[in-house]
Amino acid sequence: MTVEPATKDVCTCSQESKDNLASRVDEILESFKGEKSELIPILQGIQREFGYLPEEAMSHVAEFIGEEESRVFGVATFYAQFKLVPTGRNVIKVCRGTGCHVRGAPQILSELEKRLGIKAGETTPDLEYTLETVACFGSCALAPVVVVNDKVSGRMTVSKVKKLVGNENKDS
Amino acid sequence: MSFEKLKREAASEWEAVQKSSKTCIFIGTGTCGLAAGAEDVLKTLNEELAANEIDATVIQVGCIGLCYAEPLIEIIKPGMPAIFYGNVTPEFMSEIVRDYLVSNNPRPDLALGTRGEGDIEGLPRLFDTPVLKQQVRIALRNCGNIDPENICHYIANGGYEGLSRALAMTPQDVIGEVKRSGLRGRGGAGFPTGNKWQFCHDAPGKQKYIVCNADEGDPGAFMDRAVLEGDPHSVLEGMLIGAYAIGASEGYIYIRAEYPLAIKRLQTALKQMEDCGLLGKNIMGSKFSFHVKIKEGAGAFVCGEETALMASIEGNRGMPRPRPPFPAQSGLWGKPTNINNVETWANVSAILNRGADWYAGYGTEKSRGTKTFSLVGKIMRPGLIEVPMGIPLRDIIYKIGGGIPDDKEFKAVQTGGPSGGCLPPSFLDSPVDYESLAAAGSIVGSGGMVVLDETTCMVEVARYFLTFTQAESCGKCIPCRWGTKQMLDILEDIVNGKGRDGDIELLQELSEAIKGGSLCALGGTAPNPVLTTIRYFRDEYEAHIYEKRCPALACQELISYYIIPDKCEGCGICARACPSEAISGSKREVHVIDQAKCTKCGTCLEVCPPKFSAVTKVSGESAVASAEPVPVGSEA
Repeated sequence: MTVEPATKDVCTCSQESKDNLASRVDEILESFKGEKSELIPILQGIQREFGYLPEEAMSHVAEFIGEEESRVFGVATFYAQFKLVPTGRNVIKVCRGTGCHVRGAPQILSELEKRLGIKAGETTPDLEYTLETVACFGSCALAPVVVVNDKVSGRMTVSKVKKLVGNENKDS
Repeated sequence: MSFEKLKREAASEWEAVQKSSKTCIFIGTGTCGLAAGAEDVLKTLNEELAANEIDATVIQVGCIGLCYAEPLIEIIKPGMPAIFYGNVTPEFMSEIVRDYLVSNNPRPDLALGTRGEGDIEGLPRLFDTPVLKQQVRIALRNCGNIDPENICHYIANGGYEGLSRALAMTPQDVIGEVKRSGLRGRGGAGFPTGNKWQFCHDAPGKQKYIVCNADEGDPGAFMDRAVLEGDPHSVLEGMLIGAYAIGASEGYIYIRAEYPLAIKRLQTALKQMEDCGLLGKNIMGSKFSFHVKIKEGAGAFVCGEETALMASIEGNRGMPRPRPPFPAQSGLWGKPTNINNVETWANVSAILNRGADWYAGYGTEKSRGTKTFSLVGKIMRPGLIEVPMGIPLRDIIYKIGGGIPDDKEFKAVQTGGPSGGCLPPSFLDSPVDYESLAAAGSIVGSGGMVVLDETTCMVEVARYFLTFTQAESCGKCIPCRWGTKQMLDILEDIVNGKGRDGDIELLQELSEAIKGGSLCALGGTAPNPVLTTIRYFRDEYEAHIYEKRCPALACQELISYYIIPDKCEGCGICARACPSEAISGSKREVHVIDQAKCTKCGTCLEVCPPKFSAVTKVSGESAVASAEPVPVGSEA
């Protein structure tokens, strides 16, 4: 399992936004009791709010459930759902289910990677696009499938990819 | 409210839908229907009904399994049989409203078939057509037929009757009934459900847990999602029966976060059960009390393994642990725990309702009942099917699935997902059940069935599954963590034309080590896709290794695209479409692909007009092509 490390040096948060973060986290924690078994639902709540798991939020959670920070990080890095870096404004998900795979998903993924200039699991530097793969959407009848934000595009072809993301970063 | 009163209310509500003087329209809005565009169809339908001042009832239902025909609608007009329409677009929807609902033309030219009393000329009865005729719907009994958000629809169709029967029996008799039915766990392993319950029932301890495993993770499998979206109560009723039999008062549903609609349906169902006295204290006036919590998974395939799943519910990294102790003795928080998968629970409620003998009447001696499969890949009619165990594979592929598209040859079917294997054409006439598939080196698994044709490279398929298991290995057992990585490296070399003599034997040796040295089924079965493809398609491995050739013309590093001079008319479509600007040639010139620039994406082959068919794909050889663009018609 590969996980992107949290990049510490990019954080330029001001004190004000840190306070803001803490209060937003507290609001999420209000609906929990502080039990160890709540860790995953808590992290899911934080990710829903922020789009990823900010490092400060995780420290805060560790304190809340009375666990070491290392254990919270351990859980956060184990599960594919959790992201330690912000995601782009547009999330493109390429299905890599078996049905899609045998109908050409690899070619579509490599075309998207080329056009966006990023690999699966990465985000463009301008935070415009995040490219992800998912194991299976279960829309196998429409294979191969690409989901942009929440819109499903079925029966994708390499030439249709062009319409999906335009010529973003093609030359970079 | 007593269950009898509840049943009467439900029956009259259902009757009102079935025998209404109003037209009733069912539209499939499961995940598959929505992906195919059901939302736009629904919008158009409502607009057209309003515009034409038609008073009709519109009911959103789950997936009926005909995924190839989504979006799918069923119209019941008073006095007429129900008519199904498939591949409905908004325009098509408007036409149907005008022609059938406003006028009286049922448009047989657009319909798939009928259901219920009466016939319409030119239309078959849908359930008598090949795709449905051999299917037996037990787990999927209500999917696509009822409103999954209306508990009355479920109750009116025999829902909670099984629970009512169970509560009148002793817990031991309930377990006996499940044992007699012959039901085996539908999550993959096929362990007899009744025996599993017995262990947990017999385990000492007051606090026991029931878990529904809805962490459906196999790529290419979506049976459990369809059941949860289309008929959540069938699963919940099964859980209640299991809890009563075992003596559990708390239950968990561990479900993938990737299934938001299924989660929503479960939440709605749980709320309705509480309102009807079917959840909480003293269910149906008995001494039995039960509570259910939903736990969302966070994206780890290994959590489908029961000890890893329990670790995840407890808030830990989802890593398996050695068994024994089995969950039946020491499960969640060290208490006796019984885990079954979604489809198993949906079968339990049917078995308690209709009896063990009825259920055992389907299937084979050792594999009783039915199994759902998601039939996908290179198949004419992809969809969700439920068939009696023991049905010949050929019937599934050719009768239900309609065969292979584009006149291609059937090459293999992959069953059991990353834990399963690939079965060759020689298996077509064998029965599909636990024993036969295991003997062939594969498994029934949770029910993924991916059809592969002559254009699929079997080495590449093995590589694909290894990519998956290697990434999903939790890392606890070294043979699994490093062995799958090693196997993947070798497979990547082979598909990239760097395979070496001895690779096949090394893959086999590593497979044995991983199978023997892994704690859980993820590692224990991860080599299966490799082992079965070596067993049945060894010649493909050898062609890659010794001839640097991919017989299926699928492995990118081993193929080349060429433009055939005799066929190219110089239209320029390929050159404009090529994303890597690798094609040169002016109008009316034979175009040429620069092999150094070509990324082998296949766009040129895709866009070359069929009347020319000038692009060819080869492996292990080079085709006759021009060295540089020349005018069409001149000697190359």
